[in-house]
Amino acid sequence: MKFDIILAGVGGQGILTIAYLLDHAAIRKGLRFKQAEVHGMAQRGGAVYSHMRISDQPILSDLIPEGHADMILSVEPLEVQRYMNYLRPGGVVISNDEPVKNIPDYPQDPGVIDALLALPRAILVDAAGIATAAKMSKAQNMVMAGAATPFLPFDIQEYQPIIQGLFGAKGDHVVQANMSVLEAGWKVGAFTKALLDKGVSSAVAGRLVMRLDPLTLQPAMAGDLAGVLEGPNARAFLAGTGDRVACDAAMLESLSA
Amino acid sequence: MAERELLLGDEAVALGAIHAGISGAYGYPGTPSTELFEYVQGKAQEEGIHAVWSANEKVAYEEALGMSFAGRRSVISMKHVGLNVAADAFVNSGVTGVNGGLVLCVADDPGMHSSQNEQDSRFYAKFALVPCLEPADQQEAYDMTRKAYALSESLKLPVVMRLVTRLAHSRADVATREREPQKPLDPPTDFFNFTLLPTNARVMYQRLADQQPRLQELSEASEWNTLTDGPDHSRGIIVNGIAVNYLGEVYGGKVPHPVLKIGQYPVPVGKIRALLEKVDEVVVIEEGYPLIEEMIRGVSGVAGKTIRGKLDGTVPRCGEMTPSIVAKAMGLPAAESVKASMDHVPGRPPKLCPGCAHADVFAIVHEALSPWPGLKMFSDIGCYTLGFYAPHNAIHSCVDMGASISMAAGAAHAGFHPAVAAIGDSTFGHSGMTGLMTAIRDNAPMTLIILDNGTVAMTGTQKTMCTGEDLVNIVKGLGIDPDHLKVIEPHRARMAEQVKILRDEFEYRGTSVIIARRPCVQLKRKGG
Ligand SMILES: Cc1ncc(C[n+]2csc(CCOP(=O)(O)OP(=O)(O)O)c2C)c(N)n1
Ligand code: SF4
Repeated sequence: MKFDIILAGVGGQGILTIAYLLDHAAIRKGLRFKQAEVHGMAQRGGAVYSHMRISDQPILSDLIPEGHADMILSVEPLEVQRYMNYLRPGGVVISNDEPVKNIPDYPQDPGVIDALLALPRAILVDAAGIATAAKMSKAQNMVMAGAATPFLPFDIQEYQPIIQGLFGAKGDHVVQANMSVLEAGWKVGAFTKALLDKGVSSAVAGRLVMRLDPLTLQPAMAGDLAGVLEGPNARAFLAGTGDRVACDAAMLESLSA
Repeated sequence: MAERELLLGDEAVALGAIHAGISGAYGYPGTPSTELFEYVQGKAQEEGIHAVWSANEKVAYEEALGMSFAGRRSVISMKHVGLNVAADAFVNSGVTGVNGGLVLCVADDPGMHSSQNEQDSRFYAKFALVPCLEPADQQEAYDMTRKAYALSESLKLPVVMRLVTRLAHSRADVATREREPQKPLDPPTDFFNFTLLPTNARVMYQRLADQQPRLQELSEASEWNTLTDGPDHSRGIIVNGIAVNYLGEVYGGKVPHPVLKIGQYPVPVGKIRALLEKVDEVVVIEEGYPLIEEMIRGVSGVAGKTIRGKLDGTVPRCGEMTPSIVAKAMGLPAAESVKASMDHVPGRPPKLCPGCAHADVFAIVHEALSPWPGLKMFSDIGCYTLGFYAPHNAIHSCVDMGASISMAAGAAHAGFHPAVAAIGDSTFGHSGMTGLMTAIRDNAPMTLIILDNGTVAMTGTQKTMCTGEDLVNIVKGLGIDPDHLKVIEPHRARMAEQVKILRDEFEYRGTSVIIARRPCVQLKRKGG
C-alpha cells in the first residue's frame, strides 16, 4: 500500500494541521510516512503546499515524483491547478469550493469551479458551508481532511485521539465539533467517491452533491442514484438552484420518476 | 530505548544534539534552519541547556566556540547565508581547533524557497579544511549528529552538518537511542591553540594541514560513503545527501548501476576512483553546486571517461534537485499526469498581513518621496522586503542583512539624494549598527528608517534584541544628532503629519534616523 497526496492551499488555511492529523494517524497505525512542507516566505497569504506520502513500505523520496500523486487535496479550488503535473492518471482531486480571492488576477466565476468539474475524477466540497453549519467556520481544513479519508487507510474514529491532543486543551466541545466536521466531510467524500466509482462524471456528481444537504448524504445510495441521473427529472434537479434537499428515498424516487 | 519520534529533519538534528549531551545551542533564525534551534529551545529548561538566540550568526558561532573552549558540547544553527556572517569565526576555528565537541548545522536552500542565493555550504567546510556530514534522511540526521560530536572531539575540529530545505522541512519517524550525559566543565590548561598570533597560528595551521590525510581516511571508511554495485556497468552514478532518495525512487528502489553515495566529506577520492574503474561514464547528481563534479573533472577531465552532471547540462545548474530531474538525467521516460483543466494559473505570491505596519510606512514614505519621482528606498531583509511588490513598490534593493544602510551611505557619497534606507529591528541588531555608526561618523547625507515591529517577524516572531526604548538608546549611543532622531507610530491616518517629519529629514543633508514603531500583528495575535 502506498498513498501519495499533494496538500494545497493558501497560507493561513491550516494545511499543516491536515498534515499533522494524517501524519499521526499513519504513525499510530504503524505505517511509514514522509511529509515535506513549506515554511517562511510562502506563509503570508501565498500558495502553500505539502507533499505527503504514506506507505506500509519504507519511503525513499520526501518529494512525490511528478505523475505519481494519488490525490490532490486542496483547501482552495484554484490551487489545485498549480500541482496537476503531480497527479497520476486515475488520481483524484478533492477540493474545497470556496475561493480565496486575494490576488488581482483571480479568474472570473465560475471558471475555477467549472475547470475542476471538468477533471476526470474530482470531488468538490462545500467546506465553508459544512464548517459554518457546525459553528466552526475556521475548520474548513478539517472538513477537507474528512472528505479525503474514504480514500485513505483510516477511519474517522482513528482521528479522535489526535484531535484530542490538538484541541483537548480548548475543551471537549471543541474536540467534538472537530470530530463532527471531519465526519461531515467524510460523508461528502464517500458519497461522491461512490458516484465516481459507478461511472458518474465529476460534473454530474458535483452538481448533485451541491443540491443535497451534506449531512444527509448516504454513500450506500450512490448505486441507485447513478442509474437515474440521466433522466429528465434528475437533469432538471441538477440544473436547479434553491434549497438543498435531503438525500433519502423520497429524493431518489422523485429523481427516478 | 529505541523510541520512534515524528521529526522534521531540523528537529532530528536537534534531538541528536540533545542526546549527544550538548550544554548550549546557539543560532540566529533563518529559513530553513529555524526549527532546529527552536526544538532545543523548547526543551532547554528541562534539559539544562543554554538556548538563547544570538544577535547574529557570528556571535552565535563565537559563543559556541567559547563553550567548546570550556570543554562542553554545543550546537549552532543558521541558514546558509548566515555562514557568510559567521565565516571569520568559523574558518579560524578550523585553525584553533575545538575542545568540547562543536557541530555547526547549516541549512542550504537550493531553489531559493526563502533566500537570496543557493550557495553550497560544503564549500565552506572544504575551505576551512574541516569534515562535513550530509544526511540523506531524518534518521541519518539524528544518527550523524550523535556521531558528529565524537568525530569533533577525536579530531579536535569543528564538524559541519549540511542540511537542505527538503530535509530540514520534511517530517518522518526517527528511532532514537540512549542519551549521553552533558560533559563537565574542562577548559584547556595550554592556551596556545586558541590564541592565533602568527607564531601560534602557523603551528596550528600546519597541524590542520597534517590532519587532512586522516580526514581523507575517515571519509574512505565512512559508513555514509557507500559504493554499491549494480548489474549494468554502462554507467555509474555519484549522488550526495537526499538526492540518493530521488535516485532510488525513480528506479523503484533498485538502481541497476553502480552507485557511490556521499554523506561525509572531504570527498572520498579512493571510492570515486573505484567507481571510475568499473564504468566508462559517470553521472554526478548533486544537490547543490557541482562540487564533486568539478573535482572529478579537474582541468582536463578523466582520460577515457565521460563525466556528466551540472557542468555539461545533463542536470540543470540552478535550482533544487527533484525526482523528475533525476529521472530525466538517467534517460527514464517522464511519467504521465492528469492535464490541468485551466490554461493559465495566476501566481499567488506571499504578501504583508492585513494590518501590517510596514504597509503604512510604505504609503507614508511613498508620499514623502513624491517630490523626487521614481525614488525608492534601499531595503534589507525581513517581511518589509515584500515592499518590492505592488501595491507598495517602495524599495529598490535587498542584498544582505545590513546592506540597506551601508548602500544608502555609499549612494549618498556618490551624490544620490535623498538616500533613504529601511531596516527591521532585528536586522538592525544583526548587522545594522556598524553601518549606521560609520554613516554617522561621516555625517553621510542619508535617512535611515528603522521598522521597529518588536519581533523577528519573517522567520516566525522570535524575540528581537533592539526594540522600544532600548533601540532609541542604541541609536543615540551610536552618536546620532538628537535633532535628527525621530520616533513615530506609523499610521496612514496621520499621513500629513508623518509625511512632513520624513520629508524634513530627507531634505536634511546629514545622517538622520526615524524609528517607525508599531508591533507586528502576528506578535499581538500570539500574545507575545
Ligand atoms: C545572514 C542572514 N541571517 C538570517 C537571515 C534570515 N532572515 C531573513 S529576514 C530575518 C529577520 C528579519 O527581522 P526584522 O529585520 O526585524 O524584520 P521583520 O521580518 O520583523 O519585518 C531573518 C532572520 C538572512 N536572510 N540572512
Ligand atoms: S508577520 Fe508581522 S511584520 Fe510580517 S507581514 Fe505580518 S504583520 Fe507584517
